[in-house]
Amino acid sequence: MEILRVENIKKSFSGVSVLKNINLSIKSGELHAIVGENGAGKSTLMKIIAGELEPDSGKIYLNGKEVQFHSPLDAINSGIALIHQEFSLVPQLTVYENIFLGREISKSFLGIDFIDRKAMKKEAQNVLKTFGIENIPVNSKIKDLSVANKQLTEIAKALSTNSKILIMDEPTAALTLRETEKLFSILTNLKSNGVTIIFISHRLEEIFQIADSVTILRNGELIATKQINEVSMEEIVSMMIGKSMSNRFPPKPSKKIGDKFFEVRNISSDAFKGINFSLRRGEILGIAGLVGCGNTQVGESIYGLRKFDGEIYFEGKKINISKPTDAIENGIFLVPEDRHDLGLVLQLSVKENHSLPNLDLFSKLGFVSTSTEKKSVKDTIAYLNTKVSSINQIVENLSGGNQQKVVLGKWLVRSPKVLILDEPTRGIDVGAKFEIYKFIYEQSSKGVGIILISSELAEVLNLSDRILVMSEGRITGELDPQNATQEDILRLAVKGKES
Amino acid sequence: MTLSNGFIRRYGVIFGLAGIIIFFAIESPNYFFTPSNFILISKQSSINILLALGEMFVILTAGIDLSVGAIAGLVGAVAAGTIVATGNLFLGLIAGIGIGIAFGLINGVIVAFAKVPAFIATLATMSAITGITLIYTQGEPIWNLPSSFDFIGQGNLADIPFSIILMALAFVAAWIVLEKTKYGRHIYAVGGNIKASRAAGIKISAVLVSVYAISGLLSAIGGIVLASRLGTAEPTAGSGYELDAIAAVVLGGTSLFGGEGWVVGTIIGGYIIAVLNNGMTIMNISAYYQEVVKGLVILLAVMLTSFGKKYWNE
Repeated sequence: MEILRVENIKKSFSGVSVLKNINLSIKSGELHAIVGENGAGKSTLMKIIAGELEPDSGKIYLNGKEVQFHSPLDAINSGIALIHQEFSLVPQLTVYENIFLGREISKSFLGIDFIDRKAMKKEAQNVLKTFGIENIPVNSKIKDLSVANKQLTEIAKALSTNSKILIMDEPTAALTLRETEKLFSILTNLKSNGVTIIFISHRLEEIFQIADSVTILRNGELIATKQINEVSMEEIVSMMIGKSMSNRFPPKPSKKIGDKFFEVRNISSDAFKGINFSLRRGEILGIAGLVGCGNTQVGESIYGLRKFDGEIYFEGKKINISKPTDAIENGIFLVPEDRHDLGLVLQLSVKENHSLPNLDLFSKLGFVSTSTEKKSVKDTIAYLNTKVSSINQIVENLSGGNQQKVVLGKWLVRSPKVLILDEPTRGIDVGAKFEIYKFIYEQSSKGVGIILISSELAEVLNLSDRILVMSEGRITGELDPQNATQEDILRLAVKGKES
Repeated sequence: MTLSNGFIRRYGVIFGLAGIIIFFAIESPNYFFTPSNFILISKQSSINILLALGEMFVILTAGIDLSVGAIAGLVGAVAAGTIVATGNLFLGLIAGIGIGIAFGLINGVIVAFAKVPAFIATLATMSAITGITLIYTQGEPIWNLPSSFDFIGQGNLADIPFSIILMALAFVAAWIVLEKTKYGRHIYAVGGNIKASRAAGIKISAVLVSVYAISGLLSAIGGIVLASRLGTAEPTAGSGYELDAIAAVVLGGTSLFGGEGWVVGTIIGGYIIAVLNNGMTIMNISAYYQEVVKGLVILLAVMLTSFGKKYWNE
């Protein structure tokens, strides 16, 4: 029996269409997996179902009746709860206080409502027991719990509001294998109690282990909904990726790959272990992996943003990198994964952001030479085809693609030798992506060594000269993109999850 | 092109000051709206503006310096004490300014290296410095200052009060540093996004320590002007100045979250406070009520700025 149906849902953000006419039907009591590449529209669709976003058009039916959600509370009151990857728990409060946050049980005394902790604790324990989540101490503060227990608390919170549909956004991303097994047994238990579960995941094995049906999204379109036993993993992957990608990438330049000039020897930190690789001049080295595999941390460490053990050799010499300046002095630059957090000062102008690491080149005796600076900004903007109203435009008001070009551009001034590009095309439109790919090719043709960190498989496969795949903080294999497939990368990217 | 919120932040405050001036000019054309009264207002605002300029450097980095008034008080006492003890004016000035910079550096080191939040760090040093001043002076004012010392706060240079000249010099220096130098850019960047600044190779701790040192320096100059104007160093002379300094900076449109602000705005913010004090005094409004009105005006100005921002953004 159908519990939830969405019809012709459309949603766009500042002119970019994110969901194009989605029709989806969810059966009561099933575990329905949603899969798709980054940017496919999974999270947006879930947020619409959970009332966090309103669709531009389209309808949602719950138990056959049309519903309109204007806030998450509307959805919760209708029995739909969304559990985010980032939890919405108050770390300083206890498990039971969080479960009843905003709905505290009280008892009246002399006309005053006093909080009834005893009843809350008892009720919390009941909820946990009913769904087989018994080993969470209700008196513990959230901040003292493991990620897995935080997640279970979040689930208990949702269930205590009588949620009939539980939406989970990549619930296993931060869990160990054993915790994942535990979560799955609880989810199975919930299903037998009549709860419907919608489950976003990147891990296809998991889906085959637990889901009843699967929906594949790609670029905002619903490609297919299948019963899990009538589809293979290969079929899902090919539906996720799509076939027509011949013109998403510029033609490969003919270039000469030079000598090994950069080498990372046995570097380790809390996020990765025993990483070894070398880079040649003009080479594009892809480092692929799922979210949380440690490739971002490797990039940030080489740039001096994180502490690590191990050695880095550059142009034949051992170099010591403990802060970004050390990397910058050697011509090693990072274009970070999160440009708002690490790449830009949002309230400053294009010019000021461009100059941030380059003021030494533009100033004499500490005074900034505005003419040199202006010329440099204008040249860079023209070269990268960055669309700005003026060089004094505040970067916060630029599109994602143009913001990324500002981040890329600031390093061009310093003639890079190694460029670490972490998810260089995340959240930007297809046109700008193409231009950034062209830029990557041009730089590598000039002899710049490029480390391309990306979870977008097509990107890694098409651009790289060589691919390393990471899983759980380790390199699990090296691939030659000439004769490797996305399935090969995925296989290596989930390897080592069992250990 | 849309109007940026920078426009509202920058120019809204100018209209605010103009409005207040017009109001008092209509209420009191004969006393308020005269050249000599404007010189008086400038003189009255000079100490607060000196402190506010220093405070602005700190607030631009998303910090706050609550100790500016306390430093001004201690510096006045140390300078006066040294002059009385040695009879040497310059020794006194150097000692005072040295003490101001030293306490500024201490603030900066606590914030940058011990990672104590600026509010707590400078609240603590404010209390400690106030205590040190009372210990140093034994709670008594320091009298018998030479007339050469009076010149700083009371004298004129080519018919312009010397304290106004000092304020103008500090303004020009602050403007050049913030608008024209590499260091100034780094201050805005650190306040705007400390992580991105670090990733761009900026030495964060150097920037943080130095802005508190600058605040200490300007507080010291303000403290010397204050002691000189009063003709004595009162142990509690600086108390409360930190609030007016912060008010001037915020009225001037500098964001308490850092990274946004304009030196001219801080000057205008300082003038708004001074014009209000002066105008209400001329209108014979009791000092008690003046404080209430000042509070309401600050609240109104800040609310208008944030509503204006919202309006223009939509």
